[in-house]
Amino acid sequence: MTVQEAKFEYLLRLGDSSLIIGHRLSEWCGHGPILEEDIALINIALDFVGNATSLLAYAGQVEGKGRDEDALAYLRDEREYRNLLITEQPNGDFANTIARQFLFDTYMYFLYEELKSSKDETISAIAVKSHKEITYHLRHTTEWMYRFGDGTVESHERLQNGLNDLWMYTSEMFDMDEVDAILIKEGIVPDLNKVKVSWEKRVHEVIAEATLQIPVTVFKQKGSKEGKHSEHLGFLLAEMQYVHRAHPGAKW
Amino acid sequence: MSKTYSQEQIFKILSEIPDPEIPVINIIELGILREVKFVNDECVVVITPTYTGCPAMKVIEDDIKIKLKEIGIEKVKVELVFSPAWTTDWISDEAKEKLRAYGIAPPDHSSQDKKVLLGKARDLKCPQCGSKNTEMISQFGSTACKALYRCLDCKEPFDYFKCL
Ligand SMILES: [Zn+2]
Repeated sequence: MTVQEAKFEYLLRLGDSSLIIGHRLSEWCGHGPILEEDIALINIALDFVGNATSLLAYAGQVEGKGRDEDALAYLRDEREYRNLLITEQPNGDFANTIARQFLFDTYMYFLYEELKSSKDETISAIAVKSHKEITYHLRHTTEWMYRFGDGTVESHERLQNGLNDLWMYTSEMFDMDEVDAILIKEGIVPDLNKVKVSWEKRVHEVIAEATLQIPVTVFKQKGSKEGKHSEHLGFLLAEMQYVHRAHPGAKW
Repeated sequence: MSKTYSQEQIFKILSEIPDPEIPVINIIELGILREVKFVNDECVVVITPTYTGCPAMKVIEDDIKIKLKEIGIEKVKVELVFSPAWTTDWISDEAKEKLRAYGIAPPDHSSQDKKVLLGKARDLKCPQCGSKNTEMISQFGSTACKALYRCLDCKEPFDYFKCL
């Protein structure tokens, strides 16, 4: 595998995770528990989709086969998607969404902090820009963690259930393969073990302060790096890609 | 044709383009327009987004093309750059005053620092009555760049331009 091929693959991993979690969040539009939260979730969704747009546009350039961000987003099938499994998990109730966002936002916060110093100028520029936005997302989801965890019996229980359900998807966030190895050597991406240390520390702190428990899950679900997804992604893509595929090249 | 205009003149013409979401300030005052250059016979306009997902960028790009076409410049390329990343520090003091008059509390300190992650919401001045007795309703307001506040004295809600 060449550096260029590895870079393309890595950009899909980053871009697809942002795109899919952004799409999931957009499903909250008009369904938020309160108006302000509805607006907040959609703002965050927009940031993710914006971040995905820049990453996939760059992925297309790196690949050099004339695919732009739209071609990559709308014309790839499930098995070609490289998003982390946690990002495609259904929204569930609001506490469940907060659990998913907190686990993923914390990951993204520390990962992009490292990517800021990438030797690839475009990746570094996107990371600098996105990190500022992720900081606001993480603050928002962390506040909800405290509010629900240390809230009522019901809010505590719902959030704990959300964490328990999602925990098995967290370990693959730090899995590394040949793609990582090639790019780490070039100084383009960080060693995910470093990100893992920061992630674990922060997640444990917040969970403890929110009076919640770290889930005990032995089973670790993985597969996204080879395009093996949960059954949810296919349905998500069907909805997201339908119009584009039904009306190729449509403009307004 | 385009050679007859200087960069300063192009800047002046583009300063007539308002931000689509905050029409009281233009794209230069907001710091979105970064550079104008001539490459061969093409006019290249470099812009940077406030937020990566800002839906206004496409509108701004179209506005730039329309504006330049009006003065006879047909070959225009609008380039989107991310580096250096846009910051609220680029909003001029004059533009901040315009924001306030429009009812949006301008960013009150220089760009984001780590405290954002854990820090408490700041005491902001209500753009309507000037009271500092205000509270944050939501970190996310009508657009990605704004948070929503409420004044506890005059009871008016208002937007706050978040520091970035
Ligand atoms: Zn007031």
